[in-house]
Amino acid sequence: MSVGVVMLVHNAFDRAEQVVRHWSAGGCPVVIHVDKNVKRAAYDDFVRSLADVPDVLFSKRHRCEWGTWGIVAASQSASSMMLAKFPDVRHVYLASGSCLPLRPIKDLQAYLAKRPRTDFIESATTADVPWTQGGLDFERFTLRFPFSWRKNRLLFDRYVEFQRRFKMYRRVPEGIVPHMGSQWWCLTRQTLSAILEDPDRKVYDTYFRRVWIPDESYFQTLVRLYSQSIESRSLTLSKFDYQGKPHIFYDDHLQLLRRSDCFVARKIWPEANELYDNFLNEENPLKGAEPNPGKIDRIFSKAVERRTRGRAGLFMQSRLPRPGHENGFTSSPYSVFEGFSELFEDFEPWLARMTGTRVHGHLYAKEGVEFEGRQTTFSGALCDNAKLRDHHAQLFLVNLIWNTRGERQCFQFGPNDSQHVSWDLAKDPNAQISVISGAWAIPLFQSNRNFSDIRADAAELQRLESEHLNALRSPWAKARIRIWTLADFIETPMEALQTVLDEMGAKNLRRVTEAPKMVDLSGFGQFLQNLKNQGMHPYLMGDFPTDNVPVNERPTRRKPYLVR
Amino acid sequence: MFPFILQDENSGEQKKSNVFSDAWFSYRMRWKRRRLLLRSLRRRRELNRLSVHGIPEVGVLVFATMRNEMMRIEHWLEHYRALGVAHFLIVDNASDDGTADYLAKQSDVSVWVTPNSYKDSRFGVDWLTCLQIKYGAGRWCLTVDADELLVYPDSDTSGLDALTQHLDANGHDAFGALMLDMYPKGPVAQAQYSAGDDPIQTVSWFDADNYRAKLHPVFGNLWIQGGVRDRVFFGSQPERSPTLNKTPLVKWRKGYAYVTSTHQILPRRLNDVFDLGERAKVSGVLLHTKFLPNIGEKSAEELERGQHFENSDLYQPYYGALVDDPDLWFEKSVKYEDTTQLETLGLMTRGTWG
Repeated sequence: MSVGVVMLVHNAFDRAEQVVRHWSAGGCPVVIHVDKNVKRAAYDDFVRSLADVPDVLFSKRHRCEWGTWGIVAASQSASSMMLAKFPDVRHVYLASGSCLPLRPIKDLQAYLAKRPRTDFIESATTADVPWTQGGLDFERFTLRFPFSWRKNRLLFDRYVEFQRRFKMYRRVPEGIVPHMGSQWWCLTRQTLSAILEDPDRKVYDTYFRRVWIPDESYFQTLVRLYSQSIESRSLTLSKFDYQGKPHIFYDDHLQLLRRSDCFVARKIWPEANELYDNFLNEENPLKGAEPNPGKIDRIFSKAVERRTRGRAGLFMQSRLPRPGHENGFTSSPYSVFEGFSELFEDFEPWLARMTGTRVHGHLYAKEGVEFEGRQTTFSGALCDNAKLRDHHAQLFLVNLIWNTRGERQCFQFGPNDSQHVSWDLAKDPNAQISVISGAWAIPLFQSNRNFSDIRADAAELQRLESEHLNALRSPWAKARIRIWTLADFIETPMEALQTVLDEMGAKNLRRVTEAPKMVDLSGFGQFLQNLKNQGMHPYLMGDFPTDNVPVNERPTRRKPYLVR
Repeated sequence: MFPFILQDENSGEQKKSNVFSDAWFSYRMRWKRRRLLLRSLRRRRELNRLSVHGIPEVGVLVFATMRNEMMRIEHWLEHYRALGVAHFLIVDNASDDGTADYLAKQSDVSVWVTPNSYKDSRFGVDWLTCLQIKYGAGRWCLTVDADELLVYPDSDTSGLDALTQHLDANGHDAFGALMLDMYPKGPVAQAQYSAGDDPIQTVSWFDADNYRAKLHPVFGNLWIQGGVRDRVFFGSQPERSPTLNKTPLVKWRKGYAYVTSTHQILPRRLNDVFDLGERAKVSGVLLHTKFLPNIGEKSAEELERGQHFENSDLYQPYYGALVDDPDLWFEKSVKYEDTTQLETLGLMTRGTWG
């Protein structure tokens, strides 16, 4: 009889009864504390249901409310009873009604028998751990908390503010250093009795009565005074979510809990039949020398990370991030090309060949979405209807990138397209935008239309593109952006293309050997000059060389010989 | 600028908000809610009890209005029984295929019948509100249609009791779900389905991710549109495309009122089932089994009755297209596997649940 269990119960009595029987069958005496908030009749039923189990006692009942002294008082009186009534007990294990032993009781007894002087209690100073949620760190030891946080939140908050403003701090009793930790401990008789029989206990009790959440600090602090050997960890596996609420284990955590090798886990959902059936069955094969909560920790911290941050680039029914809180507007990097498909005749197939990415045409074309190969519907059932796309142009992009996770997307963009996403592209760190400014003039140059129409279009396109470039150059732009003027680009096209492809980081990219075919630009300079002559100054192309300017060349005359 | 248009686009300038206009808006919303409640109250006499069994004190209640649903009803009841629903409260709107009688025989179903107009009762919402006031106050109420099957992360192992307990513990009093339109491969009318089968075996395909969302300017709910109906039928008028967000599971209190179907609810704070920050809340998916082979007949009947939409005329082409037996499937459609799949695709999340 080396281990005794103190159990705090406030609901799910059928489960509590099951677990008590299990402890008792394993040879552990149990002292049960039932919350005073429980109705008399329910309490009596519970007592009656356990009447046939040996070595089970019920301690004096206290009113337990979360975050208040009641839980400590309950642990105190139940532990005193345990120490007084069961003199053989060497370790006292504090558990709750929703705790579930995962390993055979014998394992636990053997484990503790080998460590007869060790106290298992998580105990750390507040300054060193980031556990606390909600802003009360050290202040939980220096302010007073007479109001219930659950019932009188307003008064609670106001009174905290009031004390802060008037610097009404309490003094921590001499000789102790506040420590905190999990409220589920396992202490030796020596340490526990020293705490309970301390001549100064009255002082400490009075002090901790007004501390915030004393059940996480009372024993954790006092144990530092008496223990010969503290193992600062809890033998009870319990997980907390990012809000500081205890994580509840359901049936589907069976395998996870099995792998943990921990002795006891909490909190277990009372209806988790599979968990209770499996672990309360003595045959269960769970065996391992040392508890290993690390395995579970890794899985949980990953999940917690995902829960607090959400999945990048996912907008959905239960996630609508405010601007700036998206944790990524899109889910993965993609490339936007502006002006390339105008300058090169076969740019899209060339790019697909060179990089092995998925290359779309103008996704935002006014006539309809130009998916790769001009499919009418694309992954995720996005369809090529321009109206549907423009009804929510941003989410169209977000969805497209989300749907094709694991595969880089490239698409063309330009002033001919609908401009709803202009700013979103600029602000998205996942976007790689390469612009040849002024390339929109090339299709106009090639078209067979009246010059006055061309002039009007050119003016409009130039306005749109310059607006877009303003977005790209603004201080809010976070995309990786490269802008060439048309004139600069055609000076050294291969070098520029190489830079862009290198930045895309395509795997096993060879040197770009094969160049895309550039359209024939002879006469383009003159075309621009004609626009200028009409009073519309195209400036986005840069200083394009007016190659064959018609000048009135004078006939070359031979230099006259000078004859002296 | 931002993927969600927070203000009405047409209003141009930012809506000015101050203490007074906010208070005035809240006041108007309160009156709107009262009007809705009054309206339901006036319709309480339209309901005739057919059979009312003892309704258990604890557990989740399911509320539904239905008409001629013998095809689906058997599996529908099974699905929700498996989730651990305590009791069903169903309003039968003049079925002539024996739905009401079938339901009356079930020991965990209470049935009311009414011959009155479905449209006049705001598509059944008024009737259900009466029942919710009387039986649902203080407990979790799930309001779904006969063609909606609720799933959520781990729903095959953890029942609704576990879910609602989690919601309670986290201080949520409503739970959001996305309506996912399911469809068969090949022309709809030629799919194989007989009454009582699992409809998901027949209509097992869906559109993975072509959904767009914005914040509803009045009710503050997330307004989601998209999916197969959007893709096939509403390409030319995206603003009319069906709303897909729902708030089906609510910890009911007297005074709550659904506005249109379960898309929106008053008071507005209940629509807050999504997270505006970086996190995500737990959410589910309603598998919408509308496109079973009998959709053609049903649509023809609806066209006749004109009971289903606010402006039935506007939806004539839509119903017409449904009568013509369309093929909704295409090669990128995704086949439904399980809840994990929906989670991976990002159609629902688990938040802090499980």
